Amino acid sequence: MAGDRRKITDAVMEAVIRFSGITTIVFVVLIFVLLLRNGLPVFRYTSVPKFLFGRDWLPLSGVFGILPLILGSLLVTAGAVVIAVPLGVAVAVYIAEVAPPRVKEFLKPIVETLAAIPSVVIGFIGLLVLAPVVQRLFSLPTGLTAFTGSVVLALMALPTITSIAEDAITAVPRDYRAASLALGATRWQTIRMAVVPAARSGIFSGAMLGIGRVIGETMAVLMVTGNAAVVPTTIFEPVRTMTATIAAEMGETVQYSPHYFALFAIGLVLFVITFAINLLADLAVRRSMASR
Amino acid sequence: MVAAASMAARNRPQAEDLRLPVHGTARMNNRTRELIAFTFLRLSALIVVLPIALIICLLVIQGAPALSLKFLFSYPSEGMRAGGIFPAIVGTIYLVLGTIVFAVPLGVMAAVYLSEYARPNALTRLIRLSIVNLAGVPSIVYGLFGFGIFVLLLGFGVSLLAGSLTLALLVLPVVIVAAEEALLSVPQTFREASLALGATKWQTIRRVVLPNALPGVITGVVLAIARAAGETAPILFTVAAFYLPRLPRSIFDQAMALPYHLFIMSTQVPNAPPGIQWGTALALLIIVLGMNLIAAVIRARFRRRRPW
Repeated sequence: MAGDRRKITDAVMEAVIRFSGITTIVFVVLIFVLLLRNGLPVFRYTSVPKFLFGRDWLPLSGVFGILPLILGSLLVTAGAVVIAVPLGVAVAVYIAEVAPPRVKEFLKPIVETLAAIPSVVIGFIGLLVLAPVVQRLFSLPTGLTAFTGSVVLALMALPTITSIAEDAITAVPRDYRAASLALGATRWQTIRMAVVPAARSGIFSGAMLGIGRVIGETMAVLMVTGNAAVVPTTIFEPVRTMTATIAAEMGETVQYSPHYFALFAIGLVLFVITFAINLLADLAVRRSMASR
Repeated sequence: MVAAASMAARNRPQAEDLRLPVHGTARMNNRTRELIAFTFLRLSALIVVLPIALIICLLVIQGAPALSLKFLFSYPSEGMRAGGIFPAIVGTIYLVLGTIVFAVPLGVMAAVYLSEYARPNALTRLIRLSIVNLAGVPSIVYGLFGFGIFVLLLGFGVSLLAGSLTLALLVLPVVIVAAEEALLSVPQTFREASLALGATKWQTIRRVVLPNALPGVITGVVLAIARAAGETAPILFTVAAFYLPRLPRSIFDQAMALPYHLFIMSTQVPNAPPGIQWGTALALLIIVLGMNLIAAVIRARFRRRRPW
């Protein structure tokens, strides 16, 4: 009898555990369905092209064109990528290949610390310290610009890019380095022509995840980019991103109004973008694992 | 070795690179190039370290004078322009506790599934992909989701319950990844010994695998606490209140929270005294980095004391 009860407990627990594993899939589907259900109704009031490519975001007048918001997000992200990807990869190479052990032990926790600082704290520093510097440096009417956002976001994407790229570089077999050095290459030639090319899938994956983090970042961007929902012409103007729009306006909308639906539709666009980016990064990691 | 060498050669199309440095000047060139490249690498490390050091020094220098016991244990007053951050601290503690209650059991069970039950098939692959995606969903989208499903659809209202559930979803991948790593680090022989003694699979997991993985699981939980305590976007419309004259009394009450408090003190309250802003920022940073430090210490001790 005792044996029976043990077997029953075992079966029940296996079912519970299996269910817990599967809930992760359920949650992703649930998020997607909820965004669809609350986002798609906006197309009763506007069309898909008008929504995606409309140049005016005037929610109070019922005009929902998210082009300025998409361009705002893209501009800020592009700026952050230009800064963070080369810098992040360089730091990864330095930590993995060049730095003496003591420096390495000092650098890694520092980069990890940066990843742990809450985005609202980074935004706060950006608002109080960086924005005035940007304003004075480029003599602008305001320091709250796309450029300020890019700098802040670059800082936030760096830990992701650096740690994943560093893992990829460290995982390159020692033989590659030995073979290259034995051929008479210098350490730098070895890094540039043997090690980094062999780690490129992992580096790519780190860059993608960094971009994913940047596009989805909300609070810091809301605080430092100035929030002007107009199509940007330069990076030294205030912009408004998709994430900041949701954060700033959701609290003031009437439930199930066109504006409410429009904000969920923006959420849907964001979800689809980050889903695609994560899929790409994941495929790159799998490819690099398969080739080992 | 041969493959590596041929690969290295393939990646070097220029003829000059293929030749071994024969005379002194070529060698000099390569050495100089290396020196320049390494200098750039060192410089980039410096460029990254400086802002981090600057941020932390600024927060400590500007925030420390404000952090008195009175500041930590009193309510905001005079239209948020004086007083302290007590209700925001308490609100964040409640939120974190709520998050842990929901996220830890589910996250640990999911990790047990992945490490003990899952076979390498399409379902497992899909679960892993889902976890990667949950980790990548922007925090504001979690906010939208929590608002749509917990606040409106399930009718919890703007409440601690809705906020905790939303944050729980957000930290779920953190818990799963850390717990799975800890479970996988328990040697296979432990499981075999337990099963050979006649224990069932669940008994083995509960009495042998989980206890041995506990420090790793706790590391994950502490990291999840740090993450939940610092997030703002998911709580904007699910729980956060601008100001409350009293502490929340039930899970259906709204709450103030430290990150949201910092946000409103720096953007929504005109002429807020800098002391309150920097003090709030430093308090939040201490909680979040403190949790990360605790996680790092547990992990390090666990690695050193591991009996196998």
